[in-house]
Amino acid sequence: MIKARVTVTLKNGVLDPQGKAIEGALGTLGFNGVGHVRQGKVFDIELESADRAKAEADLKAMCDKLLANTVIENYTVSIT
Amino acid sequence: MKSAVILLPGLNRDRDMIAALTKIGGKAPVTVWQTDTEIPDVDLIVIPGGFSYGDYLRCGAIAARMPVMRAVAEKATKGVTVMGVCNGFQILLEAGLLPGALMRNASLKFVCREVKLEVANAGTRFTDRYAQGQLIRCPIAHHDGNYFADEATLARIEGEGQVAFRYAEGTNPNGSLNDIAGIVNGAGNVLGMMPHPENLIEDAHGGSDGRALFEAALGRAA
Repeated sequence: MIKARVTVTLKNGVLDPQGKAIEGALGTLGFNGVGHVRQGKVFDIELESADRAKAEADLKAMCDKLLANTVIENYTVSIT
Repeated sequence: MKSAVILLPGLNRDRDMIAALTKIGGKAPVTVWQTDTEIPDVDLIVIPGGFSYGDYLRCGAIAARMPVMRAVAEKATKGVTVMGVCNGFQILLEAGLLPGALMRNASLKFVCREVKLEVANAGTRFTDRYAQGQLIRCPIAHHDGNYFADEATLARIEGEGQVAFRYAEGTNPNGSLNDIAGIVNGAGNVLGMMPHPENLIEDAHGGSDGRALFEAALGRAA
């Protein structure tokens, strides 16, 4: 079995109101010196295949077709 | 004038939409469930608002991958009139039938109130019963209506007259780029909009500014 982690983040230049709110809340809690905060998503995915190359190709297809909206988001795939 | 309303779990404005189409079109729309792979021959297909799949992953993301949306895409390619309101707009964007994306409102708040819309292009098959630049009343109710597109896309849709509705100057409720409230595709037969015209079609609603949109979209097929 292959375990993978997909990370989806907003592209540069795309406004992230939720990240901004978190940034403000961290300041409220007294964490000084916090720069920009950007919120993203993490998906931990198990694949039954043992073929790493195929798994990577499948995971990228999953990102393009569903996990990420490539109009506004980037993704990275890491296989552990 | 035949119409169809697409049904998905979590949508909750379907009854309002069916009522509006029935009252204005004179005939109840057929309903098409998410797993259906074919849509009957109709003149107008509508995806109503709500919270399909609980807004999981991204608003409209999972709904856009359901079998019925392949059928909607086929009909759209053939030139059938398609309209998505609120969550329906989000679904059309996620399905790639319209350009851009809808993000969380800049205020982070759910906004539920009436707004003024400017008819930005009265030359579309959805807006040609309004006057260019006309201000109309329309209710909104959404958390993710903040329209975004990259610079090139934005320039293209502005240049091609694909912006159908804007929030009236100075009243942008959600942070949308260029105050965009509704857009059409390049061919002009697919409309997506965040506001709810189906909720302002008769005196009992307190006004009927939304009626002309349905009359245009339905009347076209007569």
